[in-house]
Amino acid sequence: MHFEPTTLELPKHLRAMLDAQQGPATAEGLPRRSFLKLTAVSGFALGAFPLGAMAQDAAKPAAGLKPTQQPSAFVHIDKDGTTTVTINRLDFGQGVQTALPMILAEELDADWSKVKSVHGSSDPAYIDPVFGIHITGGSGSIAHSYTQYRELGARTRAMLVSAAAARWKVDAASLRTQNGVVIGPGGKKLGYGELAEDAMKLPVPETVTLKDPKNFKLIGKATGRLDAKAKSSGKQGYGIDVRLPGMLTAVVAHPPVFAAKLKSVDDSAAKAVKGVKAVLRIPVDRGGEGVAVVADGYWAAKQGRDALKLEWDASGVEKVDTAAQLVQYRELAGKPGARKYDADVSKFDGAPHKISAEYVFPYLAHAPMEPLNCTVRAADGKVELWMGSQMPGFDGLAASKVLGVPPQNVQVHVQMAGGGFGRRAIPSSDYVVEACNVVKAAQAAGIAAPIRTLWSREDDVKGGYYRPMHLHTAKIGFDAQGNVLAWDHVIVGQSIMAGTPFEPMMMKDGIDGTAVEGMKEPYAVPMRLTVHHPKQNVPILWWRSVGSTHTAFAMETLVDEIARTTKQDPVAYRMKLMGDEHPRHKAALQLAVDRSGYGKKALAPGRAWGVAVHESFNSVVAYVVEASVKDGTPTLHRATAGVHCNLVINPKTLEAQVQGGALMGLSMCLPGAAITLKDGVVEQSNFGDFVVPRITDMPQIEVHTVPSGDAPTGMGEPGLPPLAPAFANAVASLTGKPIRELPFRLA
Amino acid sequence: MSTLNINGQSRQVDADPSTPILWALRDTLGMTGTKFGCGQALCGACTVHLNGQAIRSCVTPISAAAGQKITTIEAVTAGTDKVGKAVHEAWVKHDVAQCGYCQSGQIMSATAFLKTVPRGKVPTEAEIDSAMAGNICRCGTYARIRAAVADAAKSLA
Repeated sequence: MHFEPTTLELPKHLRAMLDAQQGPATAEGLPRRSFLKLTAVSGFALGAFPLGAMAQDAAKPAAGLKPTQQPSAFVHIDKDGTTTVTINRLDFGQGVQTALPMILAEELDADWSKVKSVHGSSDPAYIDPVFGIHITGGSGSIAHSYTQYRELGARTRAMLVSAAAARWKVDAASLRTQNGVVIGPGGKKLGYGELAEDAMKLPVPETVTLKDPKNFKLIGKATGRLDAKAKSSGKQGYGIDVRLPGMLTAVVAHPPVFAAKLKSVDDSAAKAVKGVKAVLRIPVDRGGEGVAVVADGYWAAKQGRDALKLEWDASGVEKVDTAAQLVQYRELAGKPGARKYDADVSKFDGAPHKISAEYVFPYLAHAPMEPLNCTVRAADGKVELWMGSQMPGFDGLAASKVLGVPPQNVQVHVQMAGGGFGRRAIPSSDYVVEACNVVKAAQAAGIAAPIRTLWSREDDVKGGYYRPMHLHTAKIGFDAQGNVLAWDHVIVGQSIMAGTPFEPMMMKDGIDGTAVEGMKEPYAVPMRLTVHHPKQNVPILWWRSVGSTHTAFAMETLVDEIARTTKQDPVAYRMKLMGDEHPRHKAALQLAVDRSGYGKKALAPGRAWGVAVHESFNSVVAYVVEASVKDGTPTLHRATAGVHCNLVINPKTLEAQVQGGALMGLSMCLPGAAITLKDGVVEQSNFGDFVVPRITDMPQIEVHTVPSGDAPTGMGEPGLPPLAPAFANAVASLTGKPIRELPFRLA
Repeated sequence: MSTLNINGQSRQVDADPSTPILWALRDTLGMTGTKFGCGQALCGACTVHLNGQAIRSCVTPISAAAGQKITTIEAVTAGTDKVGKAVHEAWVKHDVAQCGYCQSGQIMSATAFLKTVPRGKVPTEAEIDSAMAGNICRCGTYARIRAAVADAAKSLA
């Protein structure tokens, strides 16, 4: 389900827009108008990529069905019954590689032991049926493709049954299916493998009847990952493992200050490194310049890159300094700005109780374990890319522009990715454009070989596209019962959407929807929310759970502080403040409370409870945690999650997604979890100074779900946001001082 | 040209002696099971065994491996190494992997560790954490890594 490492997040706002335009989108149809709108702004066109790479030759497409609804692009059944399901997403750990086939196999009545799965491509069949573009993000893989994959399975099943009926010369209605076989009169059987060739020549039925969910056999069953063996033996291939005949490797020297130009290049030592084939000046992201060293392997290319003597000209670009930036953000916070909410806050001055708070959230790197890479082969007017991409359509279009070939001549082969967390969904296609520029320069220098451009970890940590740094301020007035009289809140941070193709739909009245998602709801409070989006010379991007990475922290620690100040139980206070409007929040929170023993169990000495609940991507997660503070160091011991994501497809992946989200939430709290700049240069470089959690940081995490049969909502990201505030609330109740900075700084 | 003993076979590697074992494996020999993560011995993705000891192949030059035995994920999980087989099976049973990228290194660290644990003893959580602390997983599979290492130890008892 579940999306994990990652993230795109057009979600709530794009979804709201889609819903407003044509009612709820379903797998029945591409939301045409929205799609066209996006097409217009991005220049990406549905027909830009040829249908067919994965299609079975014999398939007869049904005229009334869209590419996303044609079984031939998604299911291939071999003679031995092996059933290969193509997924229309990138799997980078979230488990859609198993969950999507489960959904299809459920309606197909497939023999699960014979099901395999493969990644799709930039073919139009593999667009997100709701968003209308190729995208893995917004925790949307299951939420958007649940009905689509059920229908694909049901259509395939109907075609197999028709083929069997023709073979036996009986009425199709007299046949049933089970575990990969069609069962006929007298109990005679035909395996799907024996029928597939005939079946795929038949017309594709437009309408199919789906199963009653109470008859599900696979959906909802804890199921092992299809890739578990490959990923436990070194056999799983990733983008970085792609090896093409004659392939070379490039490592690029990026400007130390974003967008700086080259003043001089001395490549004599680089060219002397054994294995180096060429040293090439190339344009890089944001109008900067760089130098690519192309060699027969990574090590030679890296040695060559390190041997370059480069002088840079950063005179024309802004040199960001985090300390000065914070001062600037504080000044901005005091000025009038765009208003997301505009409640009357005049009662603040006379309120019996007041909180005046300032929160600081740093830049954060995604740092997926597989370093960024893109392999490009450009020959005979065609371009092929191999990479783990969350947006292969955008990336293919970017490649076509750089290399000057028509979009239909570009094919993106989506590869399993070693994490992503949003970094592989780049509206600017930064590292893809760079890899294509390397190939372009190499071809100009007479090198025709395919080239893999590979980033070092330092390139990744220093390379930008961070979760933006944010400053929040809040002035809250409330009475002795905790009734909020006025909540005056300000958010200052760079806009993720501004300047991207998503800007027209994601920005309204100067406010980036992703900067304010998660604010106010689910609490009925009179809020004035002012937003400032300063421009900075630092590339920024969505990072798993996007705006909720900071809004959940501010909201849930502030609500907790009101409860503490007015001496109310933080759970009871939240329940009261939510009113009657939010049954899923309440159910998730109550489940976490019940399963954790909150309020009943005696805690170990030195420990305190912490609570938080937050909705993101239409799913709600609540945590009840146990934490302690020893010698000024906070420790998270245990977290109990209450989850409401409607129907659960695979409980195993759900648990993994919540645990992984929780750990990434914890990562924001720990020392060293910050990217800072000085004189325009990023100060961190690798896992030594940009610190991520290790096994020694892992708390006990239990995951419980609220039972529901409603259509599933996403779980790639929602496990992340409430963890940090729950931990902070526990620490605050121990120390008596609220935590208002990430990573935690205990005053 | 250097001669390396990899997984019991003698392999000729045409690379500078200062080349890390990682890149000789991946780029020269095409053995991609061993992963590149940080290049600084900080994340453990590149872990291989040198004479049975877990080492970081991204910072160990091939010159340091001359005359010694390099063992990689491909051999450890091939079924012939009893401890490696137990670890592989526990990893599958517990569905440890998410993106899976770090898991070659995790399995190599776990296998080297369990070879130091007396048969019949199941390591404590603190001992497992200590042995596995050098391997980063960004997906957060640590809970299942703990369970799988303990389970592998039990199966070997």
